[in-house]
Amino acid sequence: MPYIKCLYCRECGREYPVSPEHVCEFCFGPLEVGYDYEAIKKVISKDKIQNGPLSIWRYEDLLPVARDAGIDMGTGFTPLVKADNLGKILGLNNLYIKNDSTNPTFSFKDRVVSVATNKALEFGFDTLACASTGNLAGSVSAHGAKAKMDTKVFFPSDLEQGKILGAAIYGATLVAVDGTYDEVNRLCSELADNHKWAFVNVNMRPFYSEGSKTLGYEVAEQLGWRAPDRCIVPAASGSLFTKIWKGLNEFHDLGLLESVNTIMDLAQPEGCSPIVDAFDQDTYHVKPVRPDTIAKSLAIGNPADGFYALKTIAETKGNAVRVPEPEVAECMKLLAETEGIFTETAGGVVISALRSLAKRGIISTDEVVVAFVTGNGLKTLEVIEDAADPVFTDPDYKSFQAALDVWNKRNL
Amino acid sequence: MPIKRVKFTYEQEMIKEPIISILSKDFDLVTNIRRADVREDMGWVVLEIEGEENEIQRALDWVSTKEVRVDPISGDVVEG
Repeated sequence: MPYIKCLYCRECGREYPVSPEHVCEFCFGPLEVGYDYEAIKKVISKDKIQNGPLSIWRYEDLLPVARDAGIDMGTGFTPLVKADNLGKILGLNNLYIKNDSTNPTFSFKDRVVSVATNKALEFGFDTLACASTGNLAGSVSAHGAKAKMDTKVFFPSDLEQGKILGAAIYGATLVAVDGTYDEVNRLCSELADNHKWAFVNVNMRPFYSEGSKTLGYEVAEQLGWRAPDRCIVPAASGSLFTKIWKGLNEFHDLGLLESVNTIMDLAQPEGCSPIVDAFDQDTYHVKPVRPDTIAKSLAIGNPADGFYALKTIAETKGNAVRVPEPEVAECMKLLAETEGIFTETAGGVVISALRSLAKRGIISTDEVVVAFVTGNGLKTLEVIEDAADPVFTDPDYKSFQAALDVWNKRNL
Repeated sequence: MPIKRVKFTYEQEMIKEPIISILSKDFDLVTNIRRADVREDMGWVVLEIEGEENEIQRALDWVSTKEVRVDPISGDVVEG
């Protein structure tokens, strides 16, 4: 059962009752979920977790809502794969890929949306909403369908048709907003403030973001109850990055991990790297940028958790890596060809950052490194269109041998 | 009276401009700063603006012409 105690302001610490609010009324700082850790300590154990469902709900004691409060889509407990082939290329003996593209709608967003949906049902909302250009839209639509909620998904009207099909299939109401990215942002922020809807990443944000902690829990459990030496995580708003760190620390504080000395490295694409910019300038001021990247799932120019992500990097002596745009697709291919994992562009960003850190000698050979792959490559086929180079042949043996020889000369 | 919560982000060249003071003087608005961080090279202010809807919009349009970025206080709401 959940042990949620209150909401509290991350800036001034003021406490609030548990309600669908996300901003401190006094300083306008973001609200965070507070738990009764003493009570959790008395009930949680490795055995209890291991005997739980093979999903994020095995960590229910550390989430702000119960599995029984709503629906269970089977999200989480995704594979942690030992990446020996890629590790060999990069000179890393203990490289792991946390493959979160195997979730119900093929991205890590199912973790946060599962928690937000159940909390929304507990609060009595009948409408689930979000503004999204991809993964979030699909996840919210699927959860809304399963929960029998009225579901509204907002997106910029110039979004490619293919991108909205992943939400349309679930029967959500799609709203195409005719405006610039900033205008869509402002409208949706206003809608969230003025409608009694569960806007998953606005008024439900304190609960929603807690779902990301389960990635930290899972990795530690799958490594045999130990924290990785290093995590490499893609960043959009920066929330996922900070919550993985929070998850590892909660496990430690509850006595489930002996120690946590994890270095947290953050990765962003060159075309949208406001957190890396601030890191490079040695400041906690995250200056908003206008995104222009092929990694659309990371295209957040004004990251809500940028400041907190920078604090996590500083606390863990981590790094922030800016990935050149051409390396995104290249590293999607590298991961696919070495480990058989087809990731979307955000995964390409992570693998490129991993490679860069390894090449620069920042990662030592025997470190236990976990690179987080957060979405499935089928979502971003357009960036690897040139990947297919078939052997063209007539339907006879001789033609095939000749065509293969030509192909081999060209490619090997 | 409608209230809007916004975040202004300033570039270095705008730090000396009394933007918020002008909002109260030249527009029929009441402003209330809740949190801010202003350094020598840039700054941001999170504030509440109270007034008629049209007047708030007129003021925010004017602020935008001053190369001050105006954002919702929650950061980007549109996610990937």
